[in-house]
Amino acid sequence: MTALSVRVRSYRPQRRHLPVLGALAVLVGAYGFGAVRYPAFGSGQVVLDIFIDHAFLLVVAVGATFVILTGGIDLSVGSVAALSTMASADLLQHRGWPAYAVIPMVLVLGAALGCAMGLVIHHFEIQPFIVTLAGMFLARGLCYTISTESISITDDTYTTMAQTPIPLGAGLHVSPSVVIALVVVAIAGHVLHFTRFGRTVYAVGGSERSALLMGLTVARTKVAVYTISGLCSALGGVLMAFYTLSADPLGAVGMELDAIAAVVIGGTILTGGSGYVLGTVLGVLVLGIIQTLITFDGTLSSWWTRIVIGALLFVFIALQRLIARRSR
Amino acid sequence: MTGHRLFWPAAALVALLLGNLVVSPRFFAIEIRDGHLYGNLIDILRNGSPLILIAVGMTLVVATRGIDLSVGAVVAVSGAVACVQLGSATVLVAVAMALGLCLVLGAWNGWLVAGLKIQPIVATLILMVAGRGLAQLITGGQIVTVSSGPFLAIAGGYLLTLPLSFLIAMAVYALTSLVVRRSALGLLLESVGGNPEASRLSGLRSGRLVWLCYVFSGLCAGIAGLIISSNVTGADGNNAGLWMELDAILAVVIGGTQLTGGRFSLGGTVIGALLIQTLTTTVYALGIPSQETLLFKAIVVTAVCLAQSPAFRAKLVKRRRRNESTTAPTEPAKVEVSP
Repeated sequence: MTALSVRVRSYRPQRRHLPVLGALAVLVGAYGFGAVRYPAFGSGQVVLDIFIDHAFLLVVAVGATFVILTGGIDLSVGSVAALSTMASADLLQHRGWPAYAVIPMVLVLGAALGCAMGLVIHHFEIQPFIVTLAGMFLARGLCYTISTESISITDDTYTTMAQTPIPLGAGLHVSPSVVIALVVVAIAGHVLHFTRFGRTVYAVGGSERSALLMGLTVARTKVAVYTISGLCSALGGVLMAFYTLSADPLGAVGMELDAIAAVVIGGTILTGGSGYVLGTVLGVLVLGIIQTLITFDGTLSSWWTRIVIGALLFVFIALQRLIARRSR
Repeated sequence: MTGHRLFWPAAALVALLLGNLVVSPRFFAIEIRDGHLYGNLIDILRNGSPLILIAVGMTLVVATRGIDLSVGAVVAVSGAVACVQLGSATVLVAVAMALGLCLVLGAWNGWLVAGLKIQPIVATLILMVAGRGLAQLITGGQIVTVSSGPFLAIAGGYLLTLPLSFLIAMAVYALTSLVVRRSALGLLLESVGGNPEASRLSGLRSGRLVWLCYVFSGLCAGIAGLIISSNVTGADGNNAGLWMELDAILAVVIGGTQLTGGRFSLGGTVIGALLIQTLTTTVYALGIPSQETLLFKAIVVTAVCLAQSPAFRAKLVKRRRRNESTTAPTEPAKVEVSP
């Protein structure tokens, strides 16, 4: 009898998985809807194109997931990504640096910016919101200092990365950026779920005080998540340069919103302590599929994307509230 | 003197103005042209009024431990409604409809925060994302221009030689501080911000108070939207009020209101908003490329936040003491410069 009830219960999804399953349901639903309405939508390449078009957002959102899991927020991701794109373009085109030196350089730059913000947030006890806001202004300002006009990138390594398709058979292909993004997702998933650092991230998000009293390295963890977010933003910027082969000081405006929206839709709770990297991947795909659906429709104007994303945000946040209230 | 909460923001504003005076001696010159005052200082007041309005609304929201990220989007919606309605309706009807919709949007935010108990950042993020879509939906994705004289007077008109938009902002500020400080409302707001649960248990309807703050913030953003669209003689769903929410939060923080809620200062907010506007004007006046305003803003935010941070002050004092106690200080007190 007990064994039976345990077995029956084990088929029900865990409550903390519900938001992720919700995102999955929306994704499958939207894909099914598209596949029924538009025959071309059903082809696998459409799904792969979502990955190709949103590889950089995926990387940035993975970084944001770390920060949000600790209960913080990083508003600087879009600007740091744009700065990394601008810096790469400037170093490659105007200073003649080789690509193998430029990429590590901008990654270090992004990580250093993130680290500096983390240090200020932790040691001076200023709210993450305001510190990363200043970081956002700083990075965007630096973009303009580099150049006020967009720079196109003609470097061989970058063009190769942009134009080499990786065939998957059956006429399907992805770009190298997608592979990089998926590797980042895999590493992030491993770090969050199978390392001591990952457990500390969840613990800090659950309750910073408790984590501190347990003797966990709260300071190091908090600084580290912002460093990771900065690193991921910079990598996102590099992938963006691969994707567009140009750098625009106004690039990635509003990307922080997309990243946060993706993280929230993916079921990570903004107060921290609960969420999955896989959820963020689903969140990015949901954003991508909405854009693709609206493009396929043709009669809907582009601004419907924002309205639908807003509505989805509302539904998912309300769902999270409902689950949180029930479990209490 | 330095202990007064308005001292540092006011000192920063004065320093910035004096800096301008040194660079261009004519900066303070005010003359009368076409029957109204004219000069750099008047420009700061005129162009700063939308920011003052939004920041005043934001102050009350921040006082309740909240934040309203949607104000920029509400600015766009307000301008869009007014400009589209002006095509067929009178100015009064158009303005009323725009402000009415902004009240509804504010009420929606308030319901999410006070009713559903969603975190303010997230709750208002929804409208921040969807609001610009809504504004473009209203204008049909186009930039709607207007030529109605009375509507253009909102930003361009003058009353008693002063810009009308500044007078509107000051009226809202004066009315708000009157209501908030001459009644118990301000105290109640600080109590709700200090500890919402304790306030509720002691008999305050904290939910309703919080809701009201968001409605008020929506209204302020709506009025600012009217001024902005009147100033550019049209509605641009994409760019009207872009980054306004960040500037407003900045003004609130510079003004000495803590984002953790509890205590607020409307006067400080006005000074903060004027400081940001002066910064923008300074950058123009110095001939620095306008885009680099952002760099300046980053530096100012960092400096003000560090100056306000108790942890930072404590660390600075500790280091200074340590240096004084050693006879030969080997290392001077370093001020951390980080974004």
